[in-house]
Amino acid sequence: SSPTMGRAMGLAGLLLGLVVVPAVLVSTSLRHGAPRTEAEAEPSGWELAAGAVPEDSLWPLPQRVSTYPRQLQLAPSRFQLVHGAGSSAGPGCGLLQDAFRRYYEYMFGHSWRRTRGRRPLAARAEPELLQLQVVIEARDPGCDRHPHLTSSEAYHLTVTEPVAILKASEVWGALRGLETFSQLVHEDDYGSFLVNESEINDFPRFAHRGVLLDTSRHYLPLKSILTNLDAMAFNKFNVLHWHIVDDQSFPYQSISFPELSDKGAYSSNLIYSPTDVHLVIEYARLRGIRVIPEFDTPGHTQSWGKGQKDLLTPCYKGGRPTGSFGPVNPVWNTTYDFMTVFFKEISSVFPDEFIHLGGDEVDFSCWKTNPEVKEFMKKQGFGTDYAKLESYYIQHILDIVSSYNKGQMVWQEVFDHKAQLKPDTVVQVWMANNYAHELSSVTGAGFTAVLSAPWYLDYISYGQDWKKYYSVEPLNFPGSEKQKKLLIGGEACLWGEFVDATNLTPRLWPRASAVAERLWSSSNVTNLEDAYKRLANHRCRMLRRGIAAEPVFVGYCAHEAR
Amino acid sequence: AENEPSWETPCTELLVYVSSPDCDGFPSLDSKESYNLSVSKGSMLLSAETVWGALRGLETFSQLVGRDENGTYYINETVIVDFPRFPHRGLLLDTSRHYLPLKAILETLDVMAYNKFNVFHWHIVDDPSFPYESSTFPELSKKGAFNAMTHVYTANDVRTVIEYARLRGIRVVAEFDTPGHTLSWGPGAPGLLTPCYMGKAPSGAYGPINPILNSTYQFVASLFQEVSTVFPDFFLHLGGDEVDFTCWKSNPEIRAFMMEMGLGEDYKKLESFYIQRLLDIISSLGKGYIVWQEVFDNDVKLRPDTIIHVWKENARQYLNEMANVTRAGYQALLSAPWYLNRISYGQDWIEAYKVEPLNFKGSPEQKALVMGGEACMWGEYVDVTNLTPRLW
Repeated sequence: SSPTMGRAMGLAGLLLGLVVVPAVLVSTSLRHGAPRTEAEAEPSGWELAAGAVPEDSLWPLPQRVSTYPRQLQLAPSRFQLVHGAGSSAGPGCGLLQDAFRRYYEYMFGHSWRRTRGRRPLAARAEPELLQLQVVIEARDPGCDRHPHLTSSEAYHLTVTEPVAILKASEVWGALRGLETFSQLVHEDDYGSFLVNESEINDFPRFAHRGVLLDTSRHYLPLKSILTNLDAMAFNKFNVLHWHIVDDQSFPYQSISFPELSDKGAYSSNLIYSPTDVHLVIEYARLRGIRVIPEFDTPGHTQSWGKGQKDLLTPCYKGGRPTGSFGPVNPVWNTTYDFMTVFFKEISSVFPDEFIHLGGDEVDFSCWKTNPEVKEFMKKQGFGTDYAKLESYYIQHILDIVSSYNKGQMVWQEVFDHKAQLKPDTVVQVWMANNYAHELSSVTGAGFTAVLSAPWYLDYISYGQDWKKYYSVEPLNFPGSEKQKKLLIGGEACLWGEFVDATNLTPRLWPRASAVAERLWSSSNVTNLEDAYKRLANHRCRMLRRGIAAEPVFVGYCAHEAR
Repeated sequence: AENEPSWETPCTELLVYVSSPDCDGFPSLDSKESYNLSVSKGSMLLSAETVWGALRGLETFSQLVGRDENGTYYINETVIVDFPRFPHRGLLLDTSRHYLPLKAILETLDVMAYNKFNVFHWHIVDDPSFPYESSTFPELSKKGAFNAMTHVYTANDVRTVIEYARLRGIRVVAEFDTPGHTLSWGPGAPGLLTPCYMGKAPSGAYGPINPILNSTYQFVASLFQEVSTVFPDFFLHLGGDEVDFTCWKSNPEIRAFMMEMGLGEDYKKLESFYIQRLLDIISSLGKGYIVWQEVFDNDVKLRPDTIIHVWKENARQYLNEMANVTRAGYQALLSAPWYLNRISYGQDWIEAYKVEPLNFKGSPEQKALVMGGEACMWGEYVDVTNLTPRLW
C-alpha cells in the first residue's frame, strides 16, 4: 500500500502552525530500517495536514478540552501574560513573573515581530487576543513555597476575546496552564500567531510524576540537569528523583563530610557544590518540580567508603580482611552516628518533605564473611536470615530521617524483606517481573506506591518503543478502590551506566513523554495513532525550545536542531 | 656523539615523507594506505607511499602522544608498520528518512577520519524525501524534499562534502537507489513511477520506477550523467534492494509488457530487465557500480567488476551469501552484522567487534574478493539530535 505523496509535497505551512506535521510516509518496504508492520501503521503526513485540529498539538492531553473553530490573533508586540484582577498573586510573585517571561519566549521567541513593526500588510479579520490573565484563587498562592505531593495542579483555561483567563488554585496549576496555553498558540502560513477559542479544564490523574536521573554512574554537568528540568516542565513532570550517589562515584559535596566527595567523586571538578544543588532545587521549584534526593544505602555505597573510613563492612576470607568492602556496616554504632549527622544535613539542604533512602539490591555475601556481623546476627537472634539484618539497619535509618520530619521513599526490597516501615513511607516498585502483583502487595499492606518497573528508559531497543511505555496502565493490578488510590504515580528511570551528557537528552526525550501523558491524562487516552500525531508535533516543539529530543519516526520539523 | 640530541631535548619535528603524493587527486579503492612510523631518539619519521597513507599515519601519531601529570607532552620510542586489512571501510548515512544538516555530515567525516574509515556511502535519497538538488531536474528536490528551501543539499553543499572528505582520505560513494525506494522521485518526475491499479482503474498510489517506458531510461540516463560528473569516485551505488512487485503486477500495461517479452509471471526478470539497462547506462558513463545483494540474488546479468553489498541478516546467513557472491566471482562488501541503527541495551559494540568477515567456506581467491564492509546508520529514527552518540 503506497500512500499518495503527490501534490502536497513541499507544503510546509499548515494550519497547525508553529509545528509542522512531519511527513510520515509509508514506503513500499522499510526492511532496511523499520520492520514492515510498523511502517504500515503510520498515517501519512499529508493527509493529516488538511484535517489538522488544534488538539493535535497538546501533550499531555488535558482532561477536558473543547476547541472552537473561531480563531483569535496574537500580536507579539502587544500580547501580554498578566496577573488578573482578584488574583492572590501579583507582581511580587517571582515564580509567576519568571514564568510569564519564559512562556512569552516559548511562544514568540523565534519571531522577529516582537518589536513594533510595520502595520500588517494584509490584516486578518480575526479579533485580537490581547492578554492571558492569570488568576490564583487560593489565599496563599504558594509563590515562595516549594511544591509538594498534595499541591493543587489543576487549572481552568478559557480562551476567548478579548482576554483569555487562566484560573488555578495555586501557582502550580498556573504553571501547568501556561504550558498548555503555549501549546495552543500556532502560526499560519503567513506567520501570524493564532489561537482557537477554547475551554480547558485540567488536572493530573496522578500526583507523583517523576524522572530519575543517575549522576553517579556518569557525572551530569549542571547544564544538562537544568535543560532536563525544562524538558520535564514541557511534559508536566513534577518530580526530579535525583539518584545522586552510588557505587561508582560520590559527586555530592557534603558540608559535614567533605571527604566523601573529595575522595569519592570521579575527580575534583566532577562534583555538585552546595551552590549547584541550590540552583537545581530553585530552577526546579520555578517549574513546579520537586527534587527528591536519593542517598541509597546500605548497598550501592562503594564510593562512600573512599571518604569515610569505617563505614562499609570489611569483607573477610580465611579469617582475615581481604581489603574489599561490602554494604554499609549495620553493626557499628559509628555507622548510625555518621548517618545521623549526614541525614541532618540532607534534610536541611533539600526542602522536599521526602528523602529517598534506597535500600535496593543489598548483597549479603560480604556481611556473611564478617565475624562481627556474624556475632551480631547471633546476638539478635536473626539466625541466618540476613534480610532481617538489612531491615534492622533500614529501620534505624528510617527513624533517623523521621526525626528530621522527613518522609521516606524506598525501593521495593525494603518492603519485600519486611522492614517495619512508617505508615507514610512510599514504596517504589521497580522489578519488572510481575510488578502488578507487587503493586497489589504494597498497596494491600496499606502503603503508598510509585511505579517504575515498566518505565526503565535506559533499556533502549530498536523502533518506536514509546508505544510500549504509553500502553502501560498503572492501575491494572488486582486490588480494591482504596488500594488503587495508594498508587500515587510513577517515575521514568534513566539509569546512567550508558548515559552521560553526550546522549542523555535524545535518549530520554521524547520517550519519557509517553510516561508523562500516561501519568497526567485520563485512563481512556490510549489511542496510539492519535498519540503519534501529537507526540510528533510535541517533539518538534521541544526541538524549537532547545531540547534535542530524538525523532519519533521518519519525517522532519520546520525548525530542526542545530 | 656530541651532536646527538639528549633524550630530554623536546622532539620538534615529525618528518613526513611521501613517495608518490598525488595531493590533488581523489582516493580510490586501489589507493595504498600503508605507512611506517618511527619515533626514536632525535628523529620522528612518518613515511608512506601516498598522501592517503600519510593521513593514516598522522592519525596514529596523534594517538601516541601522551601527557604526564605535569602536563608535559611525551611520546614513547615507537616503530609502527601499518596498512589496512580491507581497502573498503565505509559508513552509510541516510539523509532521506531524516535530513541531516551539512554540519552533521562534516562532523561525521571528522570522526570517520579518527577511526580510519575511508568511504562515506551517502544514501542521499529514498522514499520519504529527495534532498539532492539536481541541476538537470530541479523539480526533483523542489517537489520531493521535505522542505525545498531548507531541507536540501545544494551543489555547493555536495562539493563541500566531497572536498572535506577528500582532505581526510575519504571517498564519497553516492547511492541513488532504484527502482524501488523512489517514491519521493515521483512528484518531481511525473510519469517516472509506476501507477498502481485497483482493478481496472489507477488507485492514485505509485510504485517503483516504471521499467517499460523509454522515457524512464532517458530520464535515468540524464540524471546519472549529472551524478557521474558531480561525484568523482569511480563507483556509484545503484541500490536495487527491496523492489516490491505488487504495484507492477497491478498495472495492465506492465502485465502486457511481461507477456510481450515472454517474461511470464516472473517479475524478477522485469527487475533484471531494468537493472541491466541501468548498468549499461552507468558503464557507458565510465563508472563502476555497487549494488545491494538482491540484484545478485535475483540473477541479474552483471559485469564481472560489480561489487555486491551484502546486507540481509538472518541468523548468520550472511556468511553464506558472502560465500555465494565470491564463489560467483564478484567482489563483496559486508554490512549485514553492522546495522548500527538497530540499537540494543548494553555494550553492543562487542557483537560488532566479534564479526569475522572471512568466516565462510571458500578458497583464498574467493576471500580475496571481500573488499571490506560498511557500518550502516539508517535514518528512520535518527537525525542530528542523536546521530553522533548513536554512531560513536
